[in-house]
Amino acid sequence: MIPLSQGPVPATADAVIVGGGINGLATAYELAQQGLKNIVVIEKNYIGSGSTGRCGGGIRQQWTTEENIRLAQESVRMYEGMSAELGYQVFFRQGGYLMITESEADLPALRSAVELQNRCNVPTEFLQPEDCLKIVPDLDISRLKGATFCPKDGTAYPFAVVWGYARACHRKGVRVFIRTAVTGVDSVDGRVTGVQTDRGTISTPLVVNCAGPWARHLAGLFGVELPNRQERHEIMVSESLKPFLDPMVISITDGIYFSQSMRGEIVGGIGDPAEPQLEDPRTFDTRSQLRFAIRFARALTGLYPRARGVRMMRQWAGMYDVTPDHRPILGGVPGLDGYYHICGFSGHGFMLGPMTGRRMARFITTGRPDDIIASLSLDRFENGELQADAFVVG
Amino acid sequence: MSQPKVFLCKCEDVTLEEFREAYREGFTELESLKRYTGVGTGFCQGKSCLSESAIELATLREVPPGEIRLTNIRPPAEPLTFGQLAALDIPDAATAPGAEEDER
Repeated sequence: MIPLSQGPVPATADAVIVGGGINGLATAYELAQQGLKNIVVIEKNYIGSGSTGRCGGGIRQQWTTEENIRLAQESVRMYEGMSAELGYQVFFRQGGYLMITESEADLPALRSAVELQNRCNVPTEFLQPEDCLKIVPDLDISRLKGATFCPKDGTAYPFAVVWGYARACHRKGVRVFIRTAVTGVDSVDGRVTGVQTDRGTISTPLVVNCAGPWARHLAGLFGVELPNRQERHEIMVSESLKPFLDPMVISITDGIYFSQSMRGEIVGGIGDPAEPQLEDPRTFDTRSQLRFAIRFARALTGLYPRARGVRMMRQWAGMYDVTPDHRPILGGVPGLDGYYHICGFSGHGFMLGPMTGRRMARFITTGRPDDIIASLSLDRFENGELQADAFVVG
Repeated sequence: MSQPKVFLCKCEDVTLEEFREAYREGFTELESLKRYTGVGTGFCQGKSCLSESAIELATLREVPPGEIRLTNIRPPAEPLTFGQLAALDIPDAATAPGAEEDER
């Protein structure tokens, strides 16, 4: 049962979570686990309709900053137990991630990334091009210069994950409203007091902004300025094939990524440097482009020539919520009690969301400092010491 | 003797009963029903089952069919191979039809 609340929103709530994607639902679930009652989730469209349901479903621990590695590592552990914990099949499969490069110049960075990941107990290894054939037998390795492989990375079905969280939320008494939009917010003397929606106003002392590409806009209603910008990214799915591809293959050279879903489809995308960064949700354009289909097909058939005869079924687009250092923004803001944000995942919210939700729920309910949340707070952009993650691909 | 099966989506073998069961589980919109049951995701990409699905959902929800929101239509109109696509010239950014009001 995916339980959806009908009718007007309640007049009061102990917490309102804005956004029915991975971050909003995981946070709502974890807040309920922490014992918070009377939690409401507000979703403008349908569950997973924002960035979560549009993503490639990849979950990797191969990062170049320790926060990202640790969040991803903890999230992988959660994904390993997620179907059991949520009582819902989320189709998590650990086929590994093969990160490839066609440039000699990338090799030192790949090697030092492996070292950092190994220090964090992530079992990544450096591979020569010919070693890649043991993992993906028909890969065209003629242009490859090296690769890294972590067998514990994987994929899950994004919709199943949010449906599972929504069900688990319901069992905990969380109310999820879809087709409900936030129209305004209320605060008094530096304290959050409520959220206005098109189904009524909710009086609440706690708002968690999990609105993904719309997070910047929502924060703005509270007078909080986020540096996030939004980018369209496109993705596609092929016809179903027999199992032939274990890992997610991802190229740091041209930004293509592709994996095989549990239904047998190739699911993949490719970044496009021509995409502008946007700020205003009214200018978001998630229509599809022929340009993407051609660029993806060229990159895919270049790396995997046997895909030439495989048919593409459909393509779609979604928005990334991108920060200046490509790392998420977590925590609250000084001077506005009761407001928190979990946003700016720069294309990686699905893989980091479960653990972020758990840490943030503990942080919000106990007030205990959290080293990762502290290092990903909004004020890092004012302090000017940014440590960007180098492995932002797709 | 079991009831004969009625197929709603012949590409993906989704029966009418499976569609109704999904609705009872809480998937009350075509966008979610599509992703849960697979209806409309096969070779016809919904051309032969989208309207049937909408009418069935209208019946289940006891509303006029016009109130049922259809799924977003995704390109290409017909499946194309990656070989065919790779052989085309890359145009400048230009969007395909199918504005998605939901997705702004």
